[in-house]
Amino acid sequence: MNPISSPKNPLSASNPHEAIHRDPDMVIFGFWVFMMSDLIFFGVVFAIYITMVGATAGGPGPKELFDFGSLFAQTMFLLTSSLTVGIATVMVKHERSRASFLFWVVITLLLGMGFLGLELYDFSVMAEKGGVPQRSGYLSAFFGLVPLHGLHVTFGCLWMIVLIVQVFTMGLCDVVKLRFLRLALFWHFLDLIWIGIFSVVYFGGWVYG
Amino acid sequence: MAKEPTFAQHLRLYITGYILSVVLTLAAFAAVLTIGREHKSVLLLVALLGVAQLAVQLKYFLNVTTQRDRRDNLALILFSSLILLIIVLGTVWIMGNLAVRMHTTM
Amino acid sequence: MNNLDYGWLGKLNWDSLVFSGFLESPSVSEAVASVAGSIVILAAVAILALLTWFKVWGTLWRDWLTSTDHKRIGIMYIAFAIVMLVRGLLEGMVMRAQQAAAPDGFLYADHFAQLFSTHGTIMVFFVAVPFLVGLINFAMPLQIGARDVAFPVLNQISLAVTVSSGVLLMVSLVVGQFSTGGWSAYPPYTGADFSPGVGPDYWIWAIVFSGAGTTLTGINFTVTVYKCRGPGMHLFRMPLFCWTVLCASILMIFAMPPLSVAAIMLGLDRYLDFHFFTNDLGGNMMNYANLFWLFGHPEVYLLVLPAYGIFSEVFSTYSAKTLYGYKSLVIATMCIAILSFTVWLHHFFTMGQSPTINIAFGIATMLIAVPTGVKVYDWMATMYRGRIRFTTPMVYAIGFLILFVIGGLSGVILANPTVDFQVHNTLFLVAHFHNVLIPGVLFGILAGYNYWFPKAFGFRLNDKWGKRSAYLWFAGFMVTFFPLYGAGLLGMPRRSFSYGDLTFKPFMVVAFIGAMIVLAALITLIIQFLVSIRDRNKTRVPVGDPWDGRSLEWNSPAPVPAYNFVEIPKVTDRDAFTEAKEHGEAYKRPKVYRDIELPKNNPLGFILCVVSGILMFALVWYIWWLALISALTMLVAVIVSTFRKETEYIIPASQLEKDTEAWLALVEKSEPVGRDLEDSPRNVGLAKLEL
Repeated sequence: MNPISSPKNPLSASNPHEAIHRDPDMVIFGFWVFMMSDLIFFGVVFAIYITMVGATAGGPGPKELFDFGSLFAQTMFLLTSSLTVGIATVMVKHERSRASFLFWVVITLLLGMGFLGLELYDFSVMAEKGGVPQRSGYLSAFFGLVPLHGLHVTFGCLWMIVLIVQVFTMGLCDVVKLRFLRLALFWHFLDLIWIGIFSVVYFGGWVYG
Repeated sequence: MAKEPTFAQHLRLYITGYILSVVLTLAAFAAVLTIGREHKSVLLLVALLGVAQLAVQLKYFLNVTTQRDRRDNLALILFSSLILLIIVLGTVWIMGNLAVRMHTTM
Repeated sequence: MNNLDYGWLGKLNWDSLVFSGFLESPSVSEAVASVAGSIVILAAVAILALLTWFKVWGTLWRDWLTSTDHKRIGIMYIAFAIVMLVRGLLEGMVMRAQQAAAPDGFLYADHFAQLFSTHGTIMVFFVAVPFLVGLINFAMPLQIGARDVAFPVLNQISLAVTVSSGVLLMVSLVVGQFSTGGWSAYPPYTGADFSPGVGPDYWIWAIVFSGAGTTLTGINFTVTVYKCRGPGMHLFRMPLFCWTVLCASILMIFAMPPLSVAAIMLGLDRYLDFHFFTNDLGGNMMNYANLFWLFGHPEVYLLVLPAYGIFSEVFSTYSAKTLYGYKSLVIATMCIAILSFTVWLHHFFTMGQSPTINIAFGIATMLIAVPTGVKVYDWMATMYRGRIRFTTPMVYAIGFLILFVIGGLSGVILANPTVDFQVHNTLFLVAHFHNVLIPGVLFGILAGYNYWFPKAFGFRLNDKWGKRSAYLWFAGFMVTFFPLYGAGLLGMPRRSFSYGDLTFKPFMVVAFIGAMIVLAALITLIIQFLVSIRDRNKTRVPVGDPWDGRSLEWNSPAPVPAYNFVEIPKVTDRDAFTEAKEHGEAYKRPKVYRDIELPKNNPLGFILCVVSGILMFALVWYIWWLALISALTMLVAVIVSTFRKETEYIIPASQLEKDTEAWLALVEKSEPVGRDLEDSPRNVGLAKLEL
């Protein structure tokens, strides 16, 4: 059970009215449902990628385009950011100082942006080798899936920036905490998707393509 | 209800998850880079390592467990996985079969 | 031409207006298009003028456009769906007229193709879905004893993007042309090579945005049913409607993503020259067919399950019996929900995969008939030895039972791949899906509309006109669509604007007569509405329980106050309200009055509605600067709204006490009426106990 939803917590107890709209359990559960819908969204795009692995139409394929060194760096950036966002979660749940919380959020944000930078650099290198989505069905599928994950990370970064601003303007109040807990879930979820991406898209594509 | 973990326990949870994930990631990269060129079956190993890492992260990062008050989430995840499997496996089955019958590459 | 080469108005120019076609080359086909375009413009102007004339902008803004109340959002959904229903239905009429007049029809082939594309798109995405979502929004939180849905602002946003997508379809009548690729928009035909115009882009954006709205709605409803139930309302004490809502919401969550993916990928092909579904460079259109029906089949059950729920409520209420086989109905609903994800291939048996795959999916399809059959028997058993009243909703329900079984049986026939090879792409298929969707979904919607109307507005709908309308719908449906089975078996292809074989002609003429009857049904439906408003003082039901209802939504005044219940009723069994009435627990004064907290009004939904509409229009017409500005505006609006601090307001206990005392006094002095007097002015919404 989340500490934030335990009866001792001010969020659920101090309110004299029926506060159905702020029930943290409900909000978190709602976010889980959203992530599962998003999971299907990703799953469908993965399926499309699998069906199009061979459709390179004479253009460059995985063997020419992929750079495993960069892939490993991206993976470590994202995985480490999953740890730091987790540490920030611990800071919130055990009501540590605002500064320690913000420190770990900012580290996460920097790692996320580092990941995005590396990914964009990777894409530009691919483009130099002729690996653009307009070239073949295979590359369309690749650029339909990997940047979709990148777009999610971008959105997560934006969310983090807004949250940092809100910590200063609204304080680390219950609403903001709850938003952060959802952001942390989202961030972990993106790491899960990334496991699928390096296993299926990169390794699968490289071995079969 | 399970007892709430202390600050240190909580932190240890995430760090354990991180170390396990790093090990599994390294194993996957190593497997592909060493034997990936010769053996396509390396993908089976990659898949196993991937599923293991999913499980690790679900447990240590997302705190999905079989505890009673977490059952809603677990049921949701299992049901979603079922739908995901139907969709992905069904698609690969159908499209793969079409590719074979129409002599195109998949 | 490069996509970036267009000027500041994008592809828009004088020729994009529908009227220019008529002015340049006058013809009947162009005239029909121009008239339709004029109707849209005139209706929009008339509505704006009337709103200004009656000075209701303020009320509209405060009570409706910015409201987060689930009941009002539900009603807005329904109003929107009815407008779209009128358009979709008229398009059907024009198509039937064209085919009856063929081979000397009056429409161009392209115009006919636009008609069947918009008709299908509108009826599925902008009539059936929003109407059901509206009814669910209105009734479900009341039935489970909740104050509102789980996420009221999200609810508003779902409505916003659904409406703006619908408006975009209306705009396509005036500016440019809609897609000619059917409601399923198969590439490569809808790709840039074969449809270079803006038509498919209209389709893509309307689908992407309304699809997002539907997904969010599904999340909202799922969480509401899971987490917002009142005290004692266990899952297995919920009215069956709530179960069907839960299953349909799960379908929304999991079935909408494949459609969104398909539409977005088609968009990438068209806008950015990707190769997902193109003919060259490794594209594969069969992926599209697969994706589309991954969504398409669950969609059918997404529509029909809530309708099953409505019928269950109706059968039980108007037979004055508890629902027979409640648990089997719940299990059947779940089975249908899961099976619906395993049958999508039956929409493309003829695509070329091996017989093994066809057989597997054929069998899965036939399996769905089993839980559906369970339901049909349960409904019949509910009526058995009940004290049945033939009110309008009950007439719809019985019509559904008979006609829907026929549609279901033709579905089992089509589920056999060998038969499907003979009749696919013929009117047999068209007859089949109209035969399930009209009795299944439309009759369900109309039954729900008649059933819950008094709860929403405080007065009953006219029963005589209601029944007239119902019988006309039955007759119109049968005369229109049964001939199509015949024409289909004779081999008449669907979507043909003309034909050379005159054997088909008699079928088409009969179908056209049927279409006229359907038009009469629509007109009587409108008459019923107007007559009911005229007679509203004789049909008021302020106490709130006109039909001797069995579930919690009847346990409050009509119209329902913003806070739904002064005190959330404690539930001890199924049929909670009947239980309360029988034990004398209904209409009790609460021990203490407590303040109630409700979500405040929020302009976010309205802003997103307008701006997303502009965004879609700009994308369709390649007006990049406008698209960029509106996309940023949407993002900023959402971010700014998260900075709002006071998102709730309080209804003080004194207000609640005043309202409730007035209601209880009314209960005190009202005469309880028996079921025979249900349709008389004496029915003010207090039901006499008839054990």
